[in-house]
Amino acid sequence: MNLEVNLAGIKLKNPVTVASGTFGYGREFSDFYDLGKIGAVITKGTSLKPKNGNKPPRVCETPAGMLNAIGLQNPGVEYFAQNDLPFLRKFDTKIIVNACGNTVEDYVELCRILNTLDIDGVELNLSCPNVKQGCLAFGTTYEGVKNVTSQCRKVLDKPLIVKLTPNVTDITETAKAVEDAGADGVSLINTLLGMVIDIDKKRPVLANNTGGLSGPAIKPVAVRMVYQVAQKVNIPILGLGGIVSGDDAVEFMLAGAKAVSIGCGNFADPYAAPKAVEGIESYLKKHNIEDVNEIIGKVQMN
Amino acid sequence: MPKVQVLSKLVKTEKLKEDIFKFSVEAKEIVAQAKIGQFIEIRVTDSVEPFLRRPISIHNLDKENGILEFIFQVKGKGTTILSKKKEGDLIDIIGPLGYGTFDYSKFQKLGIIGGGIGIFPLYELAKEAKKDGKNVNTYLGFRNKDLVILEKEFDEVSNNLVIATDDGSYGKNGFAINFLKEDIENGKIDSIYACGPLPMLRAVKDLAVELNIPCQVSLEEKMACGMGTCVGCSVKTAQSPKDNPEYVNVCKAGPVFDANYVEF
Ligand SMILES: Cc1cc2nc3c(=O)[nH]c(=O)nc-3n(C[C@H](O)[C@H](O)[C@H](O)COP(=O)(O)O)c2cc1C
Repeated sequence: MNLEVNLAGIKLKNPVTVASGTFGYGREFSDFYDLGKIGAVITKGTSLKPKNGNKPPRVCETPAGMLNAIGLQNPGVEYFAQNDLPFLRKFDTKIIVNACGNTVEDYVELCRILNTLDIDGVELNLSCPNVKQGCLAFGTTYEGVKNVTSQCRKVLDKPLIVKLTPNVTDITETAKAVEDAGADGVSLINTLLGMVIDIDKKRPVLANNTGGLSGPAIKPVAVRMVYQVAQKVNIPILGLGGIVSGDDAVEFMLAGAKAVSIGCGNFADPYAAPKAVEGIESYLKKHNIEDVNEIIGKVQMN
Repeated sequence: MPKVQVLSKLVKTEKLKEDIFKFSVEAKEIVAQAKIGQFIEIRVTDSVEPFLRRPISIHNLDKENGILEFIFQVKGKGTTILSKKKEGDLIDIIGPLGYGTFDYSKFQKLGIIGGGIGIFPLYELAKEAKKDGKNVNTYLGFRNKDLVILEKEFDEVSNNLVIATDDGSYGKNGFAINFLKEDIENGKIDSIYACGPLPMLRAVKDLAVELNIPCQVSLEEKMACGMGTCVGCSVKTAQSPKDNPEYVNVCKAGPVFDANYVEF
């Protein structure tokens, strides 16, 4: 049986990756299993300089999901290169760095540095809902996405994936911008902007007031968006949003995703990703399919 | 040995109050390596609702038999489901978690102070410290008589136990910290260990600063992953600049901190 997929020029041994911000730089999860069991680790959002993040509370549970407003706290690319990258390299898995910044210049400079590192690809995060600058400023329009993506493309020889926000009217437009700018792939979705209110305090639970919604609650929205984008662009799609099992992963692949990421599902079950690999395998067995690539985009609409 | 995920058998359940339960689970791998002040994360259901694990502190470790005890108050969806588990059920637990743990090794005369349902993790601390020959002075505060809990248990592991109620309906009248303060001033205490509601912890920290005495506090914050990955449960470091505060994680750097290190 073949589980290998080629995502934007990155050969993944299986289609299961772990989503940015839900797996750190892999250390905490390496206590549980060999990271070589999954297709790729997508790192926590990493910026040019260290970032301290938002005031707490930063997280809150919601029906079948959670809200977060971490604010991209991370140690910066230099620290990553010296400390986390060598650690991750010990495992037989691909390393994709989720890159974030405040300005177009930040993104370009960061990509310049990432291009020199021993990593397998870059996921440009144009979709964080919890920081004031950057993502929301140019991640929501065709022009904005195309501009930053094509500038990063110029300095980056490695595979380039762009991660999109669902907080737009038509996600196929920003996806098209990614393709037109010459990127190798597109990933979706990031979190949906949400808010939870503490009715006794009459105040939002998160210090940031709003946060990004993730988890099984958003899965149908994500599946729909992956399907729509698959109809519109030819570059491969990394699908995510609420995946907790192999069956969920298959659903995204049928909708058109070449590979998937497990996000906050890792928090509920630290073994969610390797279990999803097994789940995909049993689906293929059950349906007598030899190659996982055969299910990509195979949903038949009613 | 690192943290593990285990399906632990629930061997004993006890209802301590209408809404407070004590569970004993078989968790050899966790118990073998657990340190004082650490916590566990419990998944109360196989379904996706409620979604996140519940962080719960370790109340008692029976190292010989590999039994871990935790006490929880029923507060919401997760703890309601948990409270309905029966002896013999398997519970999905990750632990032990947290690198910041209580450390009394350099001290002799311990002042352990807790309030309300924050007293549970202090039991293992008092027990081990007493075993190690320390002089254990414990101060437990409750709002009123009905809420007093675990008096006998703490009495057994303390050289001196003070129970105080805010309204004087049981034990000494007033806040537990007042009695801790007296004993510090009388030279009976050389270090403080605290867990409880934030206002109490803040007062204890202020007292420790005023009387220049080392103080460790166990903090709580809303958590998602509980193991340092999501950086959700942050607390500000005291030294960090006002305009660009730095944060550490309660779940990883804590839950126990040197009171001077963090701002809460
Ligand atoms: C705590 C947390 C932190 C996140 N941090 C990032 C990040 O740094 N960069 C990013 O592109 N997405 C980030 N995300 C979004 C996830 O990668 C993912 O797109 C989203 O959570 C939806 O997937 P899920 O429902 O499987 O979690 C974060 C999500 C969570 C829950």
